[in-house]
Amino acid sequence: MPAETPRLSLDGITRRFGAVIANDSVSFAIAPGEIHALLGENGAGKSTLVKIIYGLLKPDAGTMRWDGKLVAPSDPRAARKLGIGMVFQHFSLFDAFTVAENIALGLDDAPDRRELSERIASVSTGYGLPLDPDRLVGSLSMGERQRVEIVRCLLQNPELLVMDEPTSVLTPQEAETLFATLRRLAGEGCSILYISHKLEEIRALCSRATVLRAGQVVGTCDPAAETAKSLAEMMIGSEFDAPRRQLVTTSEDIRLTVKGLNRPAGGAFGVALADIGFSVNAGEIFGIAGVAGNGQDELVEALAGEWRAPVADSIVVDGHPVGRLNAEARRGRGLFTLPEERNGHAAVPSMTLAFNTLLTARRRAGLLWNGIVRRGNVRRFAQEIVRAFDVRTFGVDVPATSLSGGNLQKFIVGREVLQNPSVFVVAQPTWGVDAGAAAAIHAALAGLARGGAAIVVVSQDLDELMSLTDRIAVISNGRLSRSLETARATVEEIGLLMGGAGGGARNAA
Amino acid sequence: MPLRIDRRPDSTAIRVAAPLLAVLLTVGTGFLLFMALGLNPADTLYQFLIAPLLTFYSLTELGVKAAPLALIACGLAVGFRANVWNIGAEGQLTIGAIAAGGVALAFWNEIGWWILPLMLLASILGGMAWASIPAFLKTRFGVNEILTSLMLTYIALLILQMLVFGPWKDPDGFNFPQTRLFSDAALLPVLQEGSRLHPGAIVAVLVALVAWFVMARTVIGFQIGIVGDAPRAARYAGFDARRTTWLAFLVGGGAAGLAGAFEVAGPIGQLVPTLTPGYGFTAIIVAFLGRLNPLGIVAAALLMALTYIGGENAQIVSGLPQAATGVFQGMLLFYLLAADGLLRLRIRRVPATNGKAVTP
Amino acid sequence: MELAVPIIVAIISAATPLLLAASGELVVERAGVLNLGIEGMMLMGAMAGFAVTLLTGSHIAGLAAAAAAGMAMALVFAFLTLTLSANQVASGLALTIFGIGLSALIGSAYVGQPVAALPKLDVAGLSDLPVIGPLLFRHDFLIYFSIAMVPVLWWYLNRTRAGLRLRAVGESAEAAHALGHPVIAIRYGACLFGGLMAGLGGAFLSLSYTPMWAESMTAGRGWIALALVVFAAWRPWRLLVGAYLFGGVGIFQLHAQGAWGLPSELFSMLPYVATILVLTVISAGAARSRTFGAPAALGRPFRPSG
Repeated sequence: MPAETPRLSLDGITRRFGAVIANDSVSFAIAPGEIHALLGENGAGKSTLVKIIYGLLKPDAGTMRWDGKLVAPSDPRAARKLGIGMVFQHFSLFDAFTVAENIALGLDDAPDRRELSERIASVSTGYGLPLDPDRLVGSLSMGERQRVEIVRCLLQNPELLVMDEPTSVLTPQEAETLFATLRRLAGEGCSILYISHKLEEIRALCSRATVLRAGQVVGTCDPAAETAKSLAEMMIGSEFDAPRRQLVTTSEDIRLTVKGLNRPAGGAFGVALADIGFSVNAGEIFGIAGVAGNGQDELVEALAGEWRAPVADSIVVDGHPVGRLNAEARRGRGLFTLPEERNGHAAVPSMTLAFNTLLTARRRAGLLWNGIVRRGNVRRFAQEIVRAFDVRTFGVDVPATSLSGGNLQKFIVGREVLQNPSVFVVAQPTWGVDAGAAAAIHAALAGLARGGAAIVVVSQDLDELMSLTDRIAVISNGRLSRSLETARATVEEIGLLMGGAGGGARNAA
Repeated sequence: MPLRIDRRPDSTAIRVAAPLLAVLLTVGTGFLLFMALGLNPADTLYQFLIAPLLTFYSLTELGVKAAPLALIACGLAVGFRANVWNIGAEGQLTIGAIAAGGVALAFWNEIGWWILPLMLLASILGGMAWASIPAFLKTRFGVNEILTSLMLTYIALLILQMLVFGPWKDPDGFNFPQTRLFSDAALLPVLQEGSRLHPGAIVAVLVALVAWFVMARTVIGFQIGIVGDAPRAARYAGFDARRTTWLAFLVGGGAAGLAGAFEVAGPIGQLVPTLTPGYGFTAIIVAFLGRLNPLGIVAAALLMALTYIGGENAQIVSGLPQAATGVFQGMLLFYLLAADGLLRLRIRRVPATNGKAVTP
Repeated sequence: MELAVPIIVAIISAATPLLLAASGELVVERAGVLNLGIEGMMLMGAMAGFAVTLLTGSHIAGLAAAAAAGMAMALVFAFLTLTLSANQVASGLALTIFGIGLSALIGSAYVGQPVAALPKLDVAGLSDLPVIGPLLFRHDFLIYFSIAMVPVLWWYLNRTRAGLRLRAVGESAEAAHALGHPVIAIRYGACLFGGLMAGLGGAFLSLSYTPMWAESMTAGRGWIALALVVFAAWRPWRLLVGAYLFGGVGIFQLHAQGAWGLPSELFSMLPYVATILVLTVISAGAARSRTFGAPAALGRPFRPSG
């Protein structure tokens, strides 16, 4: 432990939600100028802790000290007054407002417009984060939006900068630039609390790491002295084997062909799809990488039939053109999809688990008789999913919202997989899911491929795609790059494609 | 020990308890209101809520007034479930009544069993036609249906006025703004001698049963609920939001139109400038009070019919202004919304223990 | 020209209640809240303003009562939707139904009674000028107030920090909350302002437009005010234009009654038909241009987590 007074120290922080304890007596300290990692898998309690530090949640027990003095920020304003700056994983930005307006909203004593613009310009260029104060935030790339958040913090001369999963929206190259900025800030004496579950970047950046598991601190270490494997074991609490799918020889039968798929941008800040084309063979897992907001949602919607193409031939499943069919009709042809967002898209949170099967399994699981719901079959099918995918739930008659993210994800993946699709398109299959559930989902996808299905995985998690897929392509500003054989591709290469080297670039500033 | 406010999920208990609590609170507030108006509160409440239940005639009147309310509310509930805010039922009812009245007047000299069914058919089509205007504007241009359906209500009422003050005025009616009395062939039979109870009450119950089955047991009901609750999930499931919007408007308009025919071919017997004491609007409250569930709606319609009859009673006996009925109805909806919210709040003390951590 | 003056004065009068109520609703909606209860708030304002003026003889007391009545109604709405997270559409409808009933109940004692209209401005010399006098210098306080509010609102929304915060809350309550802005408090404030303006809009009807009280005397103006906010694309200056356009339609139908041998009801329909047409044109145009400007969080309930 450093001898000097810590910038921030937490002692016995506890916070519960209903029966669940999100933080159980968490204690650790951050020194001035230190880059401190908070490491833990999804659901370990990192976000809750950060919200407590930033005054968005109040702890049920425990204390917080700032430069040795007891503090309890009652709201973000109080936290900012102390000198805490926060960059959220989900940005708190307003699409319809300009960069300057967005920044003004995060400052407690915003100067007048002109002075603010000047200060934005000077701080952003000074730290290598160029920004135009008059641009609308909705027109910025994810990387640029993160810059807005960072500049907003820097304008308040923070003494502690909290960054929540900052690289999830960046290309590997952009992440390097961010690390340089963070190191420089730390050199100037600003402490940084860096929250992540990505082990390599923590080893590269942080001087100390606190590992959180199931709401409790399980250890503090020097990440550079650990291996990724040992860190992962601390985080997950068991022997950890980086899964790598056994490569199988894929057959030559093409099951899914997408050709010349175009889609105009929806809404003022939407992304247009331009001439998307790829094909997937039986038994193959095809990965689509890319930074969030580059057309992934639009592409998955188009494949699902939530948006219908004007040309039927632009999507072909097993020789049948399906481009103009709706989602249910496409499922009739064997094309199943699972969108990224669980709540309100892939599942209806207020509805029971059993009835959530009616969303996609009406036909294949025999849930209807002349339009009348066969309630027995609905429950039986839901129970089958629960058994086959080890979904932890109090029965199938509870609302979907009562399940944890990982369990609900297992349920909806199971709902699709058990219908034995010919082609399965899945977006962010393990987003916000704990390691155990993620492994189960990956195994299910691999099993489906072994059975001869063609699988498309759209993900921002490059590690996931590298371990799961046979081929990989990158989507950038609505265009899909050529595909690479995953076994031969390097992260470097894919990173360049993510930045737009393969076509139009939404991320290049 | 800190206090914390949580929210509990929706449950059957809350769905049943909230309307009961709302009724209690409304009665309590009514008590205070009557005192403030200088009336004997216990007496007036008795006139309002109990007296109508004591005579056979007023019990049948309960059916007469509850029938249109239940019919309209069942139709509206389908829309509200689908997040389609058709609040123009009063206009759709009016056009339905005009259509039925038009048939009755056109065949005024004829006698035949087919006149009445034709009137009912015309009223359903009329209500649907009027409802299809906001449906078309919403699905085609994205126009907010709340405002259009309401504006169309004002227009429908003016059309009715135009007709009964103008071309459809009874030639032998001493210039009163009303049409001829319908011929017997265009009038509904009475179910019970000495009352005004007509077959519309039976139809309303049947419609409620069918609506309940469709909403609770069929994929169409499921589709309507999903489109309203989670539009993105509906698209993912392959349900068409536009068609659901159309369905909601057509069902709502058809039911309101039919209710209009029952009014003019039943208790009224002709077209007059004011057909209802605002059934189309009260039905909105009925739909909510019945939790958008057709069976609940039947119960809520009976209660709301009671406030109409009780209001008239109290007006005669205690001199309570007629507007008190509207106050009661508005208050009931307020208290229902509040009770829904309040019952979901759960204020708890948070014990500071060091229990075992569980991941969600 | 001389002939046009009374017509223009009448249009100004007809536009004022719409402008007042719609200005309030514009702020409410900019904060992300949809209050459909304008009609109910206006009626309560009209009734309270009339009754208190009649009882006290003071117009100031009457206007204060109207504002207070509108705000009291808005407070009920805010409590239901903001504190208890009740459905905004249903709560707004309840507010209207309740307002119609309660104003009629309390107001039944005042039907048919006379009251002095709001005093008109009288500036020696100026008010007596031909044409210009009646057009510019012979109105009552509420008319000047309603027009003055337009630039004030524009300035507030676009040039002040408080206005920026209000718009932020209407754009994304979650983001505003994460930055530490008091979402619920800001929305309460907006709702109360909406009630105040609707109350004054109602009082203009019962104290100036037709100085009397009658049941449901707003005749759907609260709903037209809602449509005006859409017409204005949530911008104050366009609201001014819209209110005067609708005021013009209202006056036209009054003056054209019975013309060309057509039934008077056809003319009475005009404001409602015009509302539907305008909404359709605006919505269809918005779908094409994608620059509608509706607050992104409009009508969406917000619950702070934790």
